[in-house]
Amino acid sequence: PSLPTLCNHLSPPSHPSLSPSPPLPPESKPMSAFHFLRALSQINKSTPKSSLLLRSRRIRQAAYVSMACRAGRSRLWSRALLRRLQRRSRLRYLISQRTRAGIAPKRLKVVRPRSGEPSRAEALRRLVPGGPGMDYCSLLDETAHYIQCLSSQVQLMQKVVGSISCETPQP
Amino acid sequence: MSSRRSRSRQSSSSRITDEQINDLVSKLQALLPEAGIRSNERVSAARVLQDTCSYIRNLHREVDDLSERLSELLATTDASSAQAAIIRSLLM
Repeated sequence: PSLPTLCNHLSPPSHPSLSPSPPLPPESKPMSAFHFLRALSQINKSTPKSSLLLRSRRIRQAAYVSMACRAGRSRLWSRALLRRLQRRSRLRYLISQRTRAGIAPKRLKVVRPRSGEPSRAEALRRLVPGGPGMDYCSLLDETAHYIQCLSSQVQLMQKVVGSISCETPQP
Repeated sequence: MSSRRSRSRQSSSSRITDEQINDLVSKLQALLPEAGIRSNERVSAARVLQDTCSYIRNLHREVDDLSERLSELLATTDASSAQAAIIRSLLM
Protein backbone atom coordinates (compact mmCIF):
# COMPACT_ATOMS: atom_id res chain seq x y z
CA PRO A 1 0.00 0.00 0.00
CA SER A 2 2.44 2.64 1.01
CA LEU A 3 5.56 1.09 -0.44
CA PRO A 4 7.62 3.27 -2.73
CA THR A 5 7.35 2.84 -6.46
CA LEU A 6 10.66 1.03 -6.62
CA CYS A 7 8.92 -2.00 -5.18
CA ASN A 8 6.83 -2.24 -8.30
CA HIS A 9 9.90 -3.54 -10.00
CA LEU A 10 9.94 -6.56 -7.79
CA SER A 11 7.38 -8.38 -9.87
CA PRO A 12 9.07 -10.60 -12.42
CA PRO A 13 9.45 -8.98 -15.83
CA SER A 14 7.30 -10.15 -18.68
CA HIS A 15 10.10 -11.19 -20.97
CA PRO A 16 11.12 -14.86 -21.03
CA SER A 17 12.90 -15.82 -17.84
CA LEU A 18 16.56 -16.68 -17.94
CA SER A 19 17.57 -20.30 -17.74
CA PRO A 20 19.81 -21.10 -14.80
CA SER A 21 22.75 -22.12 -17.00
CA PRO A 22 25.79 -19.91 -16.54
CA PRO A 23 26.21 -18.32 -19.99
CA LEU A 24 23.51 -15.67 -20.10
CA PRO A 25 21.20 -16.30 -23.04
CA PRO A 26 21.03 -13.44 -25.52
CA GLU A 27 18.12 -11.42 -24.24
CA SER A 28 16.99 -8.37 -26.07
CA LYS A 29 18.93 -5.38 -24.87
CA PRO A 30 15.99 -2.94 -24.84
CA MET A 31 13.91 -5.17 -22.58
CA SER A 32 16.69 -5.78 -20.13
CA ALA A 33 17.38 -2.07 -19.84
CA PHE A 34 13.71 -1.17 -19.58
CA HIS A 35 13.28 -1.64 -15.85
CA PHE A 36 16.29 0.40 -14.98
CA LEU A 37 15.49 3.19 -17.41
CA ARG A 38 11.91 3.42 -16.26
CA ALA A 39 13.07 3.66 -12.68
CA LEU A 40 15.52 6.36 -13.72
CA SER A 41 12.86 8.54 -15.26
CA GLN A 42 10.62 8.05 -12.23
CA ILE A 43 13.44 9.06 -9.93
CA ASN A 44 14.20 12.01 -12.15
CA LYS A 45 10.64 13.24 -11.87
CA SER A 46 10.04 12.62 -8.20
CA THR A 47 13.28 13.65 -6.52
CA PRO A 48 14.00 17.34 -6.07
CA LYS A 49 17.08 18.66 -7.82
CA SER A 50 18.76 19.59 -4.61
CA SER A 51 19.05 16.23 -2.92
CA LEU A 52 21.91 14.72 -4.84
CA LEU A 53 22.66 12.12 -2.23
CA LEU A 54 19.08 10.88 -2.01
CA ARG A 55 18.85 10.60 -5.76
CA SER A 56 22.11 8.72 -6.14
CA ARG A 57 21.03 6.36 -3.41
CA ARG A 58 17.74 5.73 -5.19
CA ILE A 59 19.50 5.20 -8.48
CA ARG A 60 21.80 2.70 -6.89
CA GLN A 61 18.81 0.93 -5.38
CA ALA A 62 17.09 0.83 -8.76
CA ALA A 63 20.22 -0.60 -10.34
CA TYR A 64 20.28 -3.53 -7.93
CA VAL A 65 16.54 -4.08 -8.12
CA SER A 66 16.49 -4.21 -11.90
CA MET A 67 19.57 -6.43 -11.92
CA ALA A 68 17.94 -8.90 -9.55
CA CYS A 69 14.68 -8.79 -11.50
CA ARG A 70 16.49 -9.59 -14.72
CA ALA A 71 18.11 -12.59 -13.10
CA GLY A 72 14.71 -13.82 -12.03
CA ARG A 73 13.82 -15.94 -9.04
CA SER A 74 15.74 -18.98 -10.19
CA ARG A 75 18.98 -17.70 -8.65
CA LEU A 76 19.83 -17.76 -4.97
CA TRP A 77 21.61 -14.43 -5.07
CA SER A 78 18.79 -12.61 -6.84
CA ARG A 79 16.21 -13.90 -4.37
CA ALA A 80 18.36 -12.88 -1.43
CA LEU A 81 19.01 -9.48 -2.98
CA LEU A 82 15.34 -8.83 -3.63
CA ARG A 83 14.49 -9.82 -0.08
CA ARG A 84 17.12 -7.48 1.29
CA LEU A 85 15.99 -4.57 -0.89
CA GLN A 86 12.35 -5.15 -0.01
CA ARG A 87 13.20 -5.04 3.67
CA ARG A 88 15.22 -1.86 3.32
CA SER A 89 12.64 0.01 1.30
CA ARG A 90 9.95 -0.92 3.80
CA LEU A 91 12.15 0.26 6.63
CA ARG A 92 12.79 3.53 4.90
CA TYR A 93 9.13 4.41 5.16
CA LEU A 94 8.81 3.36 8.76
CA ILE A 95 11.94 4.99 10.12
CA SER A 96 12.42 8.72 9.82
CA GLN A 97 14.65 10.15 7.15
CA ARG A 98 17.26 11.20 9.66
CA THR A 99 18.51 7.71 10.36
CA ARG A 100 20.88 7.45 7.45
CA ALA A 101 21.10 3.75 6.86
CA GLY A 102 24.39 3.50 5.02
CA ILE A 103 24.53 2.99 1.30
CA ALA A 104 25.73 -0.59 1.52
CA PRO A 105 23.67 -2.75 3.88
CA LYS A 106 26.18 -3.20 6.65
CA ARG A 107 24.41 -5.68 8.82
CA LEU A 108 27.30 -7.99 9.61
CA LYS A 109 26.08 -11.55 9.45
CA VAL A 110 28.37 -13.87 11.29
CA VAL A 111 30.09 -15.79 8.55
CA ARG A 112 31.68 -18.74 10.24
CA PRO A 113 34.66 -20.27 8.46
CA ARG A 114 33.54 -23.62 7.19
CA SER A 115 35.80 -26.62 7.18
CA GLY A 116 37.30 -27.93 3.99
CA GLU A 117 37.18 -24.65 2.13
CA PRO A 118 39.75 -22.11 1.07
CA SER A 119 39.95 -19.26 3.53
CA ARG A 120 38.86 -16.75 0.93
CA ALA A 121 35.44 -18.37 0.67
CA GLU A 122 34.41 -16.45 3.77
CA ALA A 123 35.13 -13.09 2.17
CA LEU A 124 33.32 -14.17 -0.96
CA ARG A 125 30.29 -15.16 1.10
CA ARG A 126 30.07 -11.65 2.46
CA LEU A 127 30.15 -10.13 -0.99
CA VAL A 128 27.61 -12.26 -2.80
CA PRO A 129 23.99 -11.76 -1.69
CA GLY A 130 22.72 -14.82 0.13
CA GLY A 131 26.27 -16.08 0.50
CA PRO A 132 26.12 -17.22 4.10
CA GLY A 133 23.39 -19.70 3.31
CA MET A 134 25.14 -21.45 0.45
CA ASP A 135 27.40 -24.45 0.29
CA TYR A 136 30.73 -24.05 -1.42
CA CYS A 137 29.65 -25.39 -4.80
CA SER A 138 26.56 -23.21 -5.00
CA LEU A 139 28.64 -20.26 -3.87
CA LEU A 140 31.01 -20.66 -6.81
CA ASP A 141 28.17 -21.14 -9.23
CA GLU A 142 26.16 -18.20 -7.93
CA THR A 143 29.23 -16.00 -7.90
CA ALA A 144 29.84 -16.63 -11.57
CA HIS A 145 26.31 -15.61 -12.48
CA TYR A 146 26.40 -12.65 -10.10
CA ILE A 147 29.57 -11.35 -11.72
CA GLN A 148 28.07 -11.61 -15.18
CA CYS A 149 24.94 -9.74 -14.16
CA LEU A 150 26.89 -7.10 -12.25
CA SER A 151 29.18 -6.34 -15.14
CA SER A 152 26.32 -6.09 -17.62
CA GLN A 153 24.55 -3.72 -15.23
CA VAL A 154 27.69 -1.61 -15.07
CA GLN A 155 27.89 -1.56 -18.86
CA LEU A 156 24.29 -0.47 -19.09
CA MET A 157 24.85 2.36 -16.65
CA GLN A 158 27.97 3.47 -18.48
CA LYS A 159 25.99 3.59 -21.68
CA VAL A 160 23.27 5.69 -20.07
CA VAL A 161 25.84 8.06 -18.60
CA GLY A 162 27.49 8.32 -21.97
CA SER A 163 24.35 9.17 -23.82
CA ILE A 164 23.19 11.71 -21.26
CA SER A 165 26.57 13.42 -21.23
CA CYS A 166 26.47 13.64 -25.00
CA GLU A 167 23.19 15.50 -24.65
CA THR A 168 24.46 18.15 -22.31
CA PRO A 169 27.19 20.43 -23.59
CA GLN A 170 30.04 19.93 -21.13
CA PRO A 171 31.64 23.16 -19.90
CA MET B 1 46.78 -24.36 -0.08
CA SER B 2 43.28 -25.47 0.63
CA SER B 3 42.67 -28.54 2.69
CA ARG B 4 40.24 -29.98 0.22
CA ARG B 5 41.96 -33.33 0.04
CA SER B 6 41.53 -33.98 3.71
CA ARG B 7 37.87 -33.17 3.63
CA SER B 8 36.08 -35.86 5.52
CA ARG B 9 32.53 -34.71 5.27
CA GLN B 10 31.01 -34.86 1.89
CA SER B 11 27.46 -33.88 1.29
CA SER B 12 25.43 -37.03 1.40
CA SER B 13 22.91 -36.00 -1.21
CA SER B 14 25.35 -35.12 -3.98
CA ARG B 15 28.92 -36.32 -4.24
CA ILE B 16 30.78 -33.08 -4.69
CA THR B 17 34.04 -34.14 -6.28
CA ASP B 18 37.19 -32.13 -6.40
CA GLU B 19 36.87 -32.18 -10.16
CA GLN B 20 33.53 -30.40 -9.97
CA ILE B 21 35.02 -27.78 -7.72
CA ASN B 22 37.94 -27.33 -10.08
CA ASP B 23 35.53 -26.88 -12.94
CA LEU B 24 33.64 -24.19 -11.12
CA VAL B 25 36.82 -22.44 -10.09
CA SER B 26 38.18 -22.40 -13.61
CA LYS B 27 34.86 -21.11 -14.85
CA LEU B 28 35.15 -18.26 -12.38
CA GLN B 29 38.70 -17.64 -13.48
CA ALA B 30 37.49 -17.29 -17.06
CA LEU B 31 35.11 -14.53 -16.03
CA LEU B 32 37.73 -12.37 -14.37
CA PRO B 33 39.14 -9.42 -16.31
CA GLU B 34 42.63 -10.88 -16.62
CA ALA B 35 41.28 -14.10 -18.08
CA GLY B 36 42.84 -13.49 -21.46
CA ILE B 37 46.32 -12.98 -20.10
CA ARG B 38 46.49 -16.02 -17.89
CA SER B 39 44.22 -18.41 -19.63
CA ASN B 40 46.60 -21.36 -19.77
CA GLU B 41 48.17 -20.93 -16.41
CA ARG B 42 46.93 -23.05 -13.59
CA VAL B 43 46.17 -20.53 -10.91
CA SER B 44 45.46 -21.69 -7.40
CA ALA B 45 41.89 -21.67 -6.17
CA ALA B 46 42.76 -19.29 -3.38
CA ARG B 47 44.14 -16.85 -5.91
CA VAL B 48 41.03 -17.10 -8.04
CA LEU B 49 38.82 -16.43 -5.04
CA GLN B 50 40.94 -13.48 -4.03
CA ASP B 51 40.78 -11.99 -7.50
CA THR B 52 37.05 -12.64 -7.60
CA CYS B 53 36.56 -10.81 -4.32
CA SER B 54 38.44 -7.76 -5.48
CA TYR B 55 36.64 -7.83 -8.81
CA ILE B 56 33.25 -7.88 -7.09
CA ARG B 57 34.31 -5.02 -4.83
CA ASN B 58 35.39 -3.05 -7.88
CA LEU B 59 32.06 -3.66 -9.57
CA HIS B 60 30.17 -2.54 -6.46
CA ARG B 61 32.25 0.59 -6.34
CA GLU B 62 31.62 1.26 -10.01
CA VAL B 63 27.88 0.96 -9.48
CA ASP B 64 28.14 3.50 -6.67
CA ASP B 65 30.21 5.88 -8.76
CA LEU B 66 27.95 5.56 -11.76
CA SER B 67 24.91 6.18 -9.58
CA GLU B 68 26.49 9.37 -8.32
CA ARG B 69 27.38 10.49 -11.82
CA LEU B 70 23.89 9.74 -13.04
CA SER B 71 22.46 11.68 -10.13
CA GLU B 72 24.60 14.70 -10.98
CA LEU B 73 23.81 14.47 -14.66
CA LEU B 74 20.09 14.24 -14.08
CA ALA B 75 20.29 17.26 -11.84
CA THR B 76 21.94 19.40 -14.44
CA THR B 77 20.05 18.41 -17.56
CA ASP B 78 16.48 19.41 -18.04
CA ALA B 79 13.79 16.78 -18.08
CA SER B 80 13.12 16.56 -21.79
CA SER B 81 16.67 16.09 -23.00
CA ALA B 82 17.32 13.60 -20.22
CA GLN B 83 14.29 11.62 -21.31
CA ALA B 84 15.46 11.77 -24.91
CA ALA B 85 18.90 10.54 -23.98
CA ILE B 86 17.43 7.76 -21.91
CA ILE B 87 15.22 6.64 -24.74
CA ARG B 88 18.14 6.80 -27.12
CA SER B 89 20.19 4.45 -24.98
CA LEU B 90 17.19 2.17 -24.92
CA LEU B 91 17.23 1.91 -28.67
CA MET B 92 20.96 1.45 -29.06
